Amino acid sequence: MASIRFDKIGKQFGETEIIKNLEFSVNDGEFMVFVGPSGCGKSTVLRMIAGLETISSGEIWIGDRVVNNVHPKDRDIAMVFQSYALYPHMSVYDNIAFGLKIRKLPDADIRKRVKDAAELLGLVNFLDRKPKALSGGQRQRVALGRAIVRNPSVFLFDEPLSNLDAELRVQMRAEISKLQRRLNTTTVYVTHDQVEAMTMGQRIAVLSACDKNKPRATNLMQCGSPMDLYDRPDNIFVARFIGTPNMNIVPARLSDDGSTVNSLGGSMPVSAQFKQAAQAMRGREVMLGIRPEHIGAAHEIDWPQTQAIQGQVEMVELLGHEAILHFKVGGQIMVGRLHSHGHLPAPGDTVTMQMKCEAIHLFDPVTELRLR
Amino acid sequence: MAEPKTKNHLWLHVSLITFTMLALYPVFWVLALSFSGQQSVGLIDLPKDPSFFERLRGILPFPAHWSVKNYVEVWTEQQFGRWLWNSVVISAMTTLLGVFLACTAAYAFSRFRFPGRNTGMLMFLVSQMFPGTLMLIPLFIIIVKQLQLGNTYIGLVIVYATTSIPFCVWMLKGYFDTIPYDIEESAIIDGASRLTIFWRIILPLAKPAIAITALFSFMTAWNEFILASVFMESEANYTAPVGLRFFVGGFSSQWGFFAAGSVIVSLPVVALFLQLQKYLISGLTAGSVK
Repeated sequence: MASIRFDKIGKQFGETEIIKNLEFSVNDGEFMVFVGPSGCGKSTVLRMIAGLETISSGEIWIGDRVVNNVHPKDRDIAMVFQSYALYPHMSVYDNIAFGLKIRKLPDADIRKRVKDAAELLGLVNFLDRKPKALSGGQRQRVALGRAIVRNPSVFLFDEPLSNLDAELRVQMRAEISKLQRRLNTTTVYVTHDQVEAMTMGQRIAVLSACDKNKPRATNLMQCGSPMDLYDRPDNIFVARFIGTPNMNIVPARLSDDGSTVNSLGGSMPVSAQFKQAAQAMRGREVMLGIRPEHIGAAHEIDWPQTQAIQGQVEMVELLGHEAILHFKVGGQIMVGRLHSHGHLPAPGDTVTMQMKCEAIHLFDPVTELRLR
Repeated sequence: MAEPKTKNHLWLHVSLITFTMLALYPVFWVLALSFSGQQSVGLIDLPKDPSFFERLRGILPFPAHWSVKNYVEVWTEQQFGRWLWNSVVISAMTTLLGVFLACTAAYAFSRFRFPGRNTGMLMFLVSQMFPGTLMLIPLFIIIVKQLQLGNTYIGLVIVYATTSIPFCVWMLKGYFDTIPYDIEESAIIDGASRLTIFWRIILPLAKPAIAITALFSFMTAWNEFILASVFMESEANYTAPVGLRFFVGGFSSQWGFFAAGSVIVSLPVVALFLQLQKYLISGLTAGSVK
């Protein structure tokens, strides 16, 4: 068991900055998910923990030692790769046992450990098979087996589910979570899929790519529990990235006394959490964010305070339990939610929807940070 | 449903058979010669004034008498066994040395980034663009005059290995490039050293490519004539191709021995091809499909 700490980590490939001033820690036994769009450096973070990538600046701690110059094999970690990276010429047994054989464990011990892992993962009947004779999900399990059999203090997962089909992905998602809770091993999990991040992570770190045109202090956008990120996104990037469908973000203006915010032809009271910040920015432009589930039809909701907006329907996506409504309000596409069994408008119809006032988020249009 | 139209393949077959016969004719001739029990190139004695059919008979690869005399005598009365053994030793050593050096070099070229990497690969390619005879004099000076390795196994082995390595390195590098680096990284995390990874992961995975390069190295040494004829001065050190030439060069024209020897020399290569053919396709297409 071990915690992991990143202390002002930076990484450049030549001139290109990949990771900037990254600071966070993963607690002992915690399941931490790194999520971000492709090119944000999340895999690099994982590979730096594994020791497969050098570090340009800063220190990485695993447990109570700096591991910057520690060889991967001495870091007491195990990694599961996106491609599984199984050894194609070895049987499942040998694949799982390889790391133990290299470490020269006694044969009896190896046999017992492989057997235990195989039982845990349901691979007992496949131990003699070669990887190419396995299905995707079974290969994934072998990769997991190879990781857990060594009983490492840290698990690293690099997009392990992205090669699986949708159904299997949901199943393996649950299995990995269960396994981690059972073994209680510190885990860092990298994915580009925010649903995976939300469902699996005890905490989530959102990364964005370093952008020369938008200099930021770090490319760690926010780090917190899933609901933290969902309910209180630190900035527009996180607000947009977490949650499906994406949060609506529209330009707005605070009233001269800072008590209401005007947007989409309506005016809404500023909720308590933004009161102070809104006072400071009164009369100025802000960005207003509201999640699609907080825009609904009047007869389907019972929110205490709402603001009506009127627009033209662009598209209705029927999901079964609900319908996603895309409608245009003064040139701005908004996304709202309807019950799927109610009356559904057709494209071109004019609709009036209600926004839940206390659910709005306010952001600074220049820094893109949440007002606070 | 209409009857599927059966195409008339007659002309296709006639032309294919014709071309196959054309290609095999020399082989048949050598076989016939080797079993004819005589030494002259002509398989039958034509009468003074041959008729058309007698002439036709003369170009058929079918000897007048069947005999294994040539095979027996090439072993017993000539040094052919000795020459064959020389070839076996030299070819085997060339294969071992060539494949070992090519594997290690190709792995480095495939996986490590070092100054001169691209130049090195290019030099290998350039070295393949000169005809072998061009190298005859410099090689003679280096191997015979400077290293004093003329008339020895090791001299030829060095020359043959260096000739075959460039091709082998290109071939193997292409194959190594297709082995995902993830697998190696996974092994690194599992605790394996570079050497362990090379021996236990990379080489087993590269078997098809290694089989092909081994075959290529072997054939380079097995079939080579010019260098061997220049380097090997004493008759006892001749390789099989040089020995074959010995039967029909200068004042002797023992075509029967030549034919029997040729058949014997080609047998190991045929056997190797048959043995390695399962690797041939996958080895040769290596790198084309990931």
